[in-house]
Amino acid sequence: MWSRRRGLLRPLGCGVEELRCRRREREAALRKARREQQLVSKRLLRDEATEEAEGGCVVVILGEAEIQEFLRLAQRGIEEKERERALVSLRRGLQHPETQQIFIRLEGSIRTLVGLLTSNQALLQLEAARCLHELSHSEQSAVAEACLPATSYLLTYLSGHSSDFIELCLYTLGNLIVESEAVRRQLLPQGIVPALAACIQSPRLTVLEALGYALSQLLQAKEAPEKIIPSVLGSTLPQHILQLLQPGPKLNLGVAVEFAWCLHYIICSQVNNALLITQGALTTLGLLLLDLAAAVQRTKNAGLELLVCPVVRCLSNLLTEAAAETVGGAVHLRDERVVAALFILLQFFLQEQPSLLPEGLWLLNNLTANSPSFCTSLISLDLIEPLLHLLSVSNVVSVLVLTVLCNVAEKGPAYCQHLWPGLLLPTLLDMLALSDTEVVGQSLELLQLLFLYRPGAAQAFLQQSGLQALQRHEEVAQLQDRVHALQQTALYG
Amino acid sequence: MQLPPALHARLAGAPGEAAPLPVQRDPLAGNAPFRFAARQVRFPREHEFFEDGDVQRHLYLQDVITQVAAEPERPRVPEFPCQVAGCGQVFDALQDYEHHYHTLHGNVCSYCKRAFPSGHLLDTHILEWHDSLFQILAERQDMYQCLVEGCTEKFRSSRDRKEHLVVHHLYPADFRFDKPRKGRGYPVFPSPASQVSTEAMGEDQAPSGGDTMEVCSEHAEAHPEPPRERRVYGPRIPSTICFGQGASRGFKSTKKKSKRL
Repeated sequence: MWSRRRGLLRPLGCGVEELRCRRREREAALRKARREQQLVSKRLLRDEATEEAEGGCVVVILGEAEIQEFLRLAQRGIEEKERERALVSLRRGLQHPETQQIFIRLEGSIRTLVGLLTSNQALLQLEAARCLHELSHSEQSAVAEACLPATSYLLTYLSGHSSDFIELCLYTLGNLIVESEAVRRQLLPQGIVPALAACIQSPRLTVLEALGYALSQLLQAKEAPEKIIPSVLGSTLPQHILQLLQPGPKLNLGVAVEFAWCLHYIICSQVNNALLITQGALTTLGLLLLDLAAAVQRTKNAGLELLVCPVVRCLSNLLTEAAAETVGGAVHLRDERVVAALFILLQFFLQEQPSLLPEGLWLLNNLTANSPSFCTSLISLDLIEPLLHLLSVSNVVSVLVLTVLCNVAEKGPAYCQHLWPGLLLPTLLDMLALSDTEVVGQSLELLQLLFLYRPGAAQAFLQQSGLQALQRHEEVAQLQDRVHALQQTALYG
Repeated sequence: MQLPPALHARLAGAPGEAAPLPVQRDPLAGNAPFRFAARQVRFPREHEFFEDGDVQRHLYLQDVITQVAAEPERPRVPEFPCQVAGCGQVFDALQDYEHHYHTLHGNVCSYCKRAFPSGHLLDTHILEWHDSLFQILAERQDMYQCLVEGCTEKFRSSRDRKEHLVVHHLYPADFRFDKPRKGRGYPVFPSPASQVSTEAMGEDQAPSGGDTMEVCSEHAEAHPEPPRERRVYGPRIPSTICFGQGASRGFKSTKKKSKRL
C-alpha cells in the first residue's frame, strides 16, 4: 500500500541477522545524534528496477579522465542514446563517495551538470537530476553543497508538470535542506515556501510524498520556529496539509506520514497553533485517530505506528492551547470515541512498539486532566482495569498511568467510587514494593486522593499490610513527608 | 492488555460525549505535603520525551524499518511516436513519454514555439515578448514582474528585475530562464522542429555571467540575428517587424513620437 521505490544499495547476500545488527547500530547512532541535537536523515530515491536491469549493485569508482569523458559525451555526443548512456554511467559512478569527491573538484563539472539539467532533452534532464540527487545524498557537506548552483532551477521545475522529475527535484531539495543553515539561507529567499505551496496542489501521490519529506526537513531545522514556520503558516500550506490528512478512501499512508510529521514540527514549535485550530486541525486529527484505531485492527505490519506517533503528538500538544477550549476546538474533541480509539492504539503500541506507550499515555493525560466527561468515559467504558495492566511495562509508563488515575480520582467521590473496591488498591500496594521514587511518589498521591474520597479504602489498606509497605520509604527524602501523612491518615482518619 | 469487547463497538458507534459524573473536590486534596494537580502537559520540540519516536521516524527515513516492496515493472509498450506534429521522438515507456511531453510540449508559447518549465514563466514570456500593449505600458509603469513565484515585485526594466533576482532572491546571474530577448534569445528551449546544433547548445550552457548583463540593455544597436533566431521567426513574422524588447528600430520611433507629443 505504501512502499514504492525506496532504496539502499542492498549488499548482496545480506542475512537477516546482519540486517538486525545494522539496524541496532543505526538506532544507536540516531539516539546519539538526537541527544546532540544533530538528528538529520537523508532520503535516497533509487530506482531499483533500473538498477536490476543495469546488472546488480557493483559500484565503480570513476577517475577524473572518465568523468570528463562522460560529461563530454553527454554534452556534445551526436546520438541521443549515446549521450544518455554517458550520463547513466556517470550517475552510477556517483553512487560511490570517492567518485563524488573527484567530481566536485573537477572544474566546470557542476556547471556542465546544471547545463544538462536545463537542457531541452528530457531524458538527459532526468539523468542529470539523478546525478544531482546522488550528490545531494552525500554525508560530506562539501559534496552536498556543491549542488547549490542548481537550487534555483530545482525550485523552478517544481511548477512544472512532469511528476517523476518533480519528485526527484523534491527529494534532492529535501536532502540539501538538512545539510546546513547556509543552504537554507539560500533556499528561503529563492522562494522555496511559495514553490512548495504551489506544488502541493499536485494530484500525484509520489510528488506529494516527496514534498512532505522536503517540507518536514525544512520544518525540522533549528531556526525553523523563527525563520521558516511563520511564512509556512502564512501560506496555503497548512490548509492543504490538513486536507491530505483527512481520513477516508483517498488517504495515502506514505503521504500522510510525511505531512503528519510536518504538522508535528509546526505545532511543537508553538508559533501560532491557534491558527491551525481555526483551520480545523483538531477535528481532522481527531477523526484521523479514530480511523487509525480502526485500521490497526484490520491490518498487520503496515507500519501504522509511523503515522500514529505524530498524530498523537499533534493532538496532545494542540489540546494544551487555550484556543482548544473554545467552541471551534473542543466540540469535536469531546467525542468519547477518541478515548476508545486511544486505548485500541495503546494496545497496538504494547504489541508493536512499546517505546511509544508514553506518548499515547501523555495524550490520555491531556484528554482527562480537565475533563470530567472523559474521566467518566474511562469508567463507563471499563478502561480502568486495562490501564492497570500497563503498570508492569516500565517506570515511565507507570508514572503516566498513575497520573491518569489521579486525574480521575481527583474529581471526587463519585469517581473514586468506581476505583475502590476493585483492583486498584492491591495494585498500589504492589507499586509500593518498587523502589523508583517517581513511581512510588505518584502512588502516594493517588492513595491520598483515595483515602480522602473513600475512607473505607484506608481501612482496607491497613488490613492489607499497607503500613509495612509504606515503611520502606520512610527515609527517602522526596517521599518521607507524604509517607508520614498517609500513615497518619490510615491510622487516625 | 485485554480490552473490553464493547470498546470496538463503541469506536464504530455514533459520536457522543459521556454525561460527566458530578465533580466534588475536597480542599484537602493535593494539599501539602501532597502536590498532585491535574494538568495538561506540553512538550517542546527538542524534549527528550520525543526521543524514541524521533529515532523511529529517522530509521524509516533511512529505510531500515519498512520492507522494501518490489518495484512494479515499468510497463514496456511497443514503440510509439510522440503525437505532437513535427516531433519524431519514439518511446517504449509511458513515464519517459510523460517527461518528454511536459518538458518539450507542455507550456509552449504559441507565438514562437518556445517551451518553458512552468506556466508561470510561459505567461511572463508571452506578456513581455508578444504583447504589444506591454511595451507601451512599460514606459509608464513598472511592468517586469519578478520571476519567483510568490514575489509580487515589479520593475521598470528587465535589468532591474535581474538585479532583484540576484540580490534579493540569490538567483544566479546567468539564470537560464531570464535571458533577455536581445541576446541569445529567451529561454533555452527552441522548438524541436528547428535543428539545434550541439555547438549552439554548448554555447547556451556556458554563458559567462558578464555578457548577458551587457546585452540586456534595451537600447543596444541592432545587430544581425544569429541564423538560429531567424529560422524561428522567419516563416511567421518578417524580420523587419519586431515586437517587444529588443525591437530597437520600431521602438525608438515610437518613443520619439510620444516625446514630441
